Amino acid sequence: MGVPLQARPAPTETMADAQRSIVDSFRYLEDWTERYQYIIELGRRLPPFPETKRIEANRMHGCQAGVWLVSDYRDGKLFFEATSDSAIVAGLISLLLKVYSGRRPDEILATTPAFIEEIGLAEHLSPHRANGLALMLARIQADSSGYQAGEVA
Amino acid sequence: MSPDSSPLARPNYDVLAIREDFPILAREVFGKPLVYLDTGASAQKPRQVIRTMTEVMEETYSNVHRGVHFLSQTCTDQFEAARKTVARFIAARKADEIVWTRGATEACNLIAATWGRANVGPGDRIVISTLEHHSNIVPWQLLRDETGAELAVIPVDDVGEVDLDAYADLLDERTKLVSVTHISNSIGSVLPIREMARMAHEKGALIMVDGCQAAPHMPVDVQDLDVDFYCFSGHKTYGPTGIGALWGRKELLDAMPPYQGGGEMIAHVTFEKSSFKPAPHKFEAGTPAIVEAVGLGAALDYIESIGREAILAHETEVAEYARERLATVPGLGIVGQARERGAIVSFTMEQAHPHDIGTIVDRAGVAVRAGHHCAFPVMERFDVSATARASFGLYNMKSEVDRLVEALDEVAGIFGR
Repeated sequence: MGVPLQARPAPTETMADAQRSIVDSFRYLEDWTERYQYIIELGRRLPPFPETKRIEANRMHGCQAGVWLVSDYRDGKLFFEATSDSAIVAGLISLLLKVYSGRRPDEILATTPAFIEEIGLAEHLSPHRANGLALMLARIQADSSGYQAGEVA
Repeated sequence: MSPDSSPLARPNYDVLAIREDFPILAREVFGKPLVYLDTGASAQKPRQVIRTMTEVMEETYSNVHRGVHFLSQTCTDQFEAARKTVARFIAARKADEIVWTRGATEACNLIAATWGRANVGPGDRIVISTLEHHSNIVPWQLLRDETGAELAVIPVDDVGEVDLDAYADLLDERTKLVSVTHISNSIGSVLPIREMARMAHEKGALIMVDGCQAAPHMPVDVQDLDVDFYCFSGHKTYGPTGIGALWGRKELLDAMPPYQGGGEMIAHVTFEKSSFKPAPHKFEAGTPAIVEAVGLGAALDYIESIGREAILAHETEVAEYARERLATVPGLGIVGQARERGAIVSFTMEQAHPHDIGTIVDRAGVAVRAGHHCAFPVMERFDVSATARASFGLYNMKSEVDRLVEALDEVAGIFGR
């Protein structure tokens, strides 16, 4: 098993740096096959998601791939863990969490995932009904609004 | 020799000439010629439909059934001629048995809201099958919850055929309506509608059929099928979105209360009481989808110009070729092996989730559907969370099946480590 969500350390690099390093890591992947192979590999390396949390309440209801997300709020920061039954979506989750997990709610709300466009995968975040990943980002932002407004203790 | 020029290909079916009618099929996706295998979700449009709709808007457009002026008369004639075309297309006795709807979803909701509310009460039973699209499930759940009726579901066997013995057991004097699909949108099974209608009628129940996947694929004769209601969507029948048709036997339509209230559907209105026009107009409140209705008429004319027997034979040949070829892809399993089946092939791969299959083959220019196909109960029955689905239309070719198979081999390569 990996490190439980409650024990994961906050990232040391800024959100902007995290986005930049993702874009850098894609720079030398020339064709789309290599990009997807890299994403699939990231998905496979995503920390295992606890089976007990793979429940309806944590599920984003997209039309295509299942996405499950849970959060933990500590020391003024929001930590997320998530998974998907799709390897590609799991890889993209890994990228999103690298940017968004372990951040202050105000930082999260102020940051758009520009990297996804820069690496040429914007269609995966288009907010249409079939997209569990877009719903996950929306949930991350909604959670952040909630904590920022102090609605959730 | 390419499979499309094989001597076994149908001599009179000129698929290359047909493809010329569909401008979108000439485009590329990600630098590859488009292979469109998602006709079951929505069909592409031939020039004949596009041209007809443009002509209406440029030359004859006006509101219908209202004005005395020239354009209103002309446009009303076109609009009502399209209704006649729909009637002919499904062998209805009269054009006034055809109700325009937004699509099959609205048709199911219309029957549930009008016929259902008037005829279904506590303890009554409505029967659907496991293979239904959500649009033929949810309206009946709403009606059940409103009326205290029961909603019963015909099970399907492991190949995806409805269990007729179980169906017979669900039919009794409490059964008011059977509402089933003609062809499963998710796994392609063709249901034995004539037999199911006979069994329903023997017990005094009516039968409604969702013909979305059948109307574009095979000849449909509602009198020969001996059903009571039949519906289909325009956009799956090479016509525009926002229009569909509901057929009902005249005496049933006449006895049903209206659907939505508004203009177009009334005979006379005072603040005390309104009286309604006869069917079909009493179900068509408000300005209808005029251009779309005429466009649907053009789409059905187009289908008939090719011939539905010919389309059925061609699509069957392509879909069966797909089933054969897909079976050779490592790790691929076909979901649904009914003996009678339409031009729909649903599958999963051990190596990759359907979403990932769809994403990778998209990069090869191949459009397939990935997901639950608005049919959660089917996914549950076959113990999958989703499938990838290739659905074929009158313009698809065996060489496109080859392109799909090549793309799937690539999926197997990328994921199968």
